[in-house]
Amino acid sequence: MSTGAWAQDAETGPDIANFTLENGLEVVVIPDHRAPIVTHMVWYKVGSADEPPGKSGIAHFLEHLMFKGTERHPAGEMERAIAEIGGEGNAFTTNDVTAYFQTVSPDALPAMMDFEADRMRGLVLSEEVIGAERDVVLEERRMRVEGSPQALLTEETSATLYQNHPYRIPTIGWMHEIEQLNRTDALDFYHRYYAPNNAVLVIAGDVDADTVRALAETTYAKVPRGPDLPARIRPSEPEHNTSRTVTLKDPRVGIPSFATGWVVPNYRTAEPGEAEALDLLAEILGGGTRSRFYQQIVVKDGIATAAGANYDGGAYDPSSFTLYGLPQGDHTLADVEAEVSAQLELLIKDGVTTAELESAKMRFVRSLIFARDRQSSMANIYGSRLANGSTIADITEWPDRIRAVTPEQVQAVAAKYLNPALSVTGYLLPSENGAK
Amino acid sequence: MNFMPSLRRHLVLLATPLLMLLVVLPAHAEVEFQKVTSPSGVEAWLVEDYSVPIIAIRFAFEGGSAQDPAGKEGLANLITALFDEGAGDLDSEAFQIKLDDAGAEMGFGADRETIYGSMRMLADQREEAFGLLKLAIEQPRFDQNPIDRMRAQLVSGIVASAQNPATTAQRLWNEALFGTHPYARSTDGTVETLNSITADDLRAFHTAVFARENLHVGIVGAIDAETAAAVLDQLFGALPEKPTLTPVPDTAPLLGQDLHVEYALPQTNIYMAYPGVSRSEPDFFAAYLMNEILGGGSVLSRLTDEVREKRGLTYNISTSLINQRHSNSLMLGTATRADRAEETLGVIEDVIAKMAAEGPTEAELASVKKYVIGSYALNELSSSSAIASTLVGLQLRGLGIDYLSERTDLINAVTVDDVKAVAAKLLETKPTIMLLGPKVEPAAAPATTP
Repeated sequence: MSTGAWAQDAETGPDIANFTLENGLEVVVIPDHRAPIVTHMVWYKVGSADEPPGKSGIAHFLEHLMFKGTERHPAGEMERAIAEIGGEGNAFTTNDVTAYFQTVSPDALPAMMDFEADRMRGLVLSEEVIGAERDVVLEERRMRVEGSPQALLTEETSATLYQNHPYRIPTIGWMHEIEQLNRTDALDFYHRYYAPNNAVLVIAGDVDADTVRALAETTYAKVPRGPDLPARIRPSEPEHNTSRTVTLKDPRVGIPSFATGWVVPNYRTAEPGEAEALDLLAEILGGGTRSRFYQQIVVKDGIATAAGANYDGGAYDPSSFTLYGLPQGDHTLADVEAEVSAQLELLIKDGVTTAELESAKMRFVRSLIFARDRQSSMANIYGSRLANGSTIADITEWPDRIRAVTPEQVQAVAAKYLNPALSVTGYLLPSENGAK
Repeated sequence: MNFMPSLRRHLVLLATPLLMLLVVLPAHAEVEFQKVTSPSGVEAWLVEDYSVPIIAIRFAFEGGSAQDPAGKEGLANLITALFDEGAGDLDSEAFQIKLDDAGAEMGFGADRETIYGSMRMLADQREEAFGLLKLAIEQPRFDQNPIDRMRAQLVSGIVASAQNPATTAQRLWNEALFGTHPYARSTDGTVETLNSITADDLRAFHTAVFARENLHVGIVGAIDAETAAAVLDQLFGALPEKPTLTPVPDTAPLLGQDLHVEYALPQTNIYMAYPGVSRSEPDFFAAYLMNEILGGGSVLSRLTDEVREKRGLTYNISTSLINQRHSNSLMLGTATRADRAEETLGVIEDVIAKMAAEGPTEAELASVKKYVIGSYALNELSSSSAIASTLVGLQLRGLGIDYLSERTDLINAVTVDDVKAVAAKLLETKPTIMLLGPKVEPAAAPATTP
């Protein structure tokens, strides 16, 4: 039990180590000695938005295929070894990153580093594993997307919001393109992007930086550097000049809902302070029970069951700011939408009060401290931000940057980016005839 | 896009060490459970830890939605939405502003057997946070305005999911398995039952369930035993000693039924129910390990290997040993494309029949023992909140404070013959099977397999 041996400031968090191996692999160590657990994650700086045209889903399909073995460790050996020491392992793919992780006891960390380093360049793919695994991915798409009206609408709304940027393409891939993915596609993608100089290693848990450095020297450091990658420049959005709507009617829908989105800058692309202001704008407008939407539209007016706001500031390229709502009782969806718009217009016109901004800052900073309670949350924050181009300082200075935001900045980003005439709204509606 | 890790069935033991290392790893941290008793006799389990400046508390009162009076289904669920909506002399808005200022997050919830509450706070704002929690526990107001608002939200959720075939499936499944037992009733309630609930019903439920005799508490974080003991009296000292709970009879799921529900969906969902084993029976751990090998949470699952890895028939297949206070069962769930649902069911039945007839191999049992011993810390001790939840869960199941070490011995004592016996006992029973999905067209060649 640690009793403050490395006592830390409540805000700056643990004593984080950060270094880069000669082959280009960036390493982050986040000590956390509360339980005999360590989280080991490799983040590749590649996601579905980096896929070649016509090959949607290849980043995610490759993620599945990464479990099919190497020359040194045949398929199944790694999972068996993890299971036999009571560990957990998994992986995920997003628009911007692909991450592989294991949670194990610290004495198994060397083995995990060996496995992960080995498959960084050593994947062996036989033709026979391709077909069955592609069927698994097709079932995954049927389950996650085709089986959910909400997911289908979200997919179509994104495809409308982004007119040119590949964020318009679903990470799992379009059904007809997944069906065509093959071994060559997977290996081309793998050889291009899977290399130490295109990855970040994050290790959080009951281990210290010196130990990790020594282990990294005997594992990851032996993986040869891959070819230098060109600058990560994706097709960008043209100026948006219209408002658009997407409507899905489905017999499974019981209560209608809407979500309005805009493409807005993020922590990497925004002018200084803008991304922080957008985070606080989302908190003030629709970030929970203290938000304007909840207090006015849900509690005082009783028009909506729920209404909220989301901002994804962590993406690599400009991503979205979203407002949503669904009606309560006999109120209509149009009533809710009108109230949400009215609240947005009011904020653009009159701004925010100092008191509500201070309260929103306190909640936001508190959530960053609470995130430190879960080792995997810490690993996720550092891994995703670093893989998308942030530095350690960007993360540790985050609370101070949030605190520096002024009421004028919040009002300014709302006025600058959330123009109702240039938005995309998705409507999820019941079928007129109810169930088919 | 989470990936269910894959698995090969061949049990090849690793011939060589994974890696030769010259580095010695530091000794592990230990998680130490302490028992704390307050001056007035309220007990809690505590894990003291100062590495993150927060405190998490979780507590549970036995008596959940199975206590809902007939015609008032959804009462337990509704009451848990109201504890942060006003208490003592603070109305809803005043309470939430104070809670926010105190830097704390409060949550309440209900399952069939339990009402639980939790709070997470910054350690230096402990006094304000616990003060508000005390008010919520002792003096919830149940003002009409928040009741109406929370009820409207719950009704909205019911209406929103009413057309979803998964909702229908869940209702049919519970009714088929549990008939007229309280377990067949909806924990969410219906629009009608929710509308019939009054403030007096909520007060009566609170008085009946919130007592010291059926209370279990876990505390984790930057707080010492003496302070924690004082907090226990502050929070719970004024509650009545005994609850007044309605007895719930024991029951077993009704097996041997074949149910088909036709619905135009992109996949067919397959549900199966077999008998289970209670925690107090001697073969509980044998059943637990058998479930893990058959289709449990580890990658050492025969069903994942046969249905997903070898044939690509599903994204996810799993079985669970379900232990409720009054009923035990073994449940299976998966989903596959409709034209291969019969094939999938056939494969599942073959895997289960083989397990029933032959049990596990020595190697499988050895592997899964290591897995379930090792994974306990990862799943149960991963954050302050998770540890607090584990502390309360162990108490609810009547297990001792030394359970962590005893568990390993109990698992290691299970033999292949034990597992084989329990596999035959459970899996030779004809299960209840439900298929939910589209009408099957005459089989066509799979379009996506080259």
